[in-house]
Amino acid sequence: MSDEKSFHLAIGSRFENIELVQLVLKDSLDQLGLDDDNRHWVDVAVREAVANAIKHGNLQDPAKQVHVDLTVEGNEDDWLVIRVQDEGKGFDPADLEDPLAPENLLKPNGRGIFYMKSFMDDIQYGLRPGGGTLVTMRKRLTRLARHDQPERERQA
Amino acid sequence: MKVNVRQRDGVTILDLKGKITIGMGDVALRNAVQDAINGGATKVVINLKDVTTIDSSGVGELVSAFTTATNRGAKLSLANLPSKVTDILQITQLITVFDVYDSEDEAVRSF
Repeated sequence: MSDEKSFHLAIGSRFENIELVQLVLKDSLDQLGLDDDNRHWVDVAVREAVANAIKHGNLQDPAKQVHVDLTVEGNEDDWLVIRVQDEGKGFDPADLEDPLAPENLLKPNGRGIFYMKSFMDDIQYGLRPGGGTLVTMRKRLTRLARHDQPERERQA
Repeated sequence: MKVNVRQRDGVTILDLKGKITIGMGDVALRNAVQDAINGGATKVVINLKDVTTIDSSGVGELVSAFTTATNRGAKLSLANLPSKVTDILQITQLITVFDVYDSEDEAVRSF
């Protein structure tokens, strides 16, 4: 089931290429049958991850690529897994500040990863072989309302 | 993203349409707010009715718009928030920071 929905994309580090990722992502999420709300929030999480890879990972060097992979994993194809990799120097997630702290509430940045964590079920950061950051985002499909399933099945 | 600027009863209305996202609408929003404030606007409403997607950069620009307006002695309100914009502002506890109105009429009357 998962093969036709999986994809691998390599894009140059330009913000306009985020729209290309969104087009391919939309097609996969449509095939997976996610409803509009879940499609939207996965879309935003991937936007944030790719934007971070372009801006903070690859420092907008167009010669460096961002790799985006989508797979469906698990014994029952029940996990949507999206991996975003850059070619930068990597970073320590422990350095992130809490965007909800009163002193950070009115800062113009620092919310992207918080949104990713809010919209996905699991986020892991690691180092990519050869250097760069690898972020792995997972969302459990069986918990989601999927418009291709009968209501009875959704509630089961 | 497209920005349309108009005046109504002494209030500057910025109608935003499309995506407020990194490299797309965020800079356009920043420029529109700065132009309005630099032009002497003291009452600004950002009409978000036709915004389809906002990301953390777009949220950051809304925060910057709010602080820029406040620091320059102007008032800035948000009107007609689509549910997903409301959700994303609530998640980061910003919904209470802004003056938010259900309609443009209410926002204009609030000044």
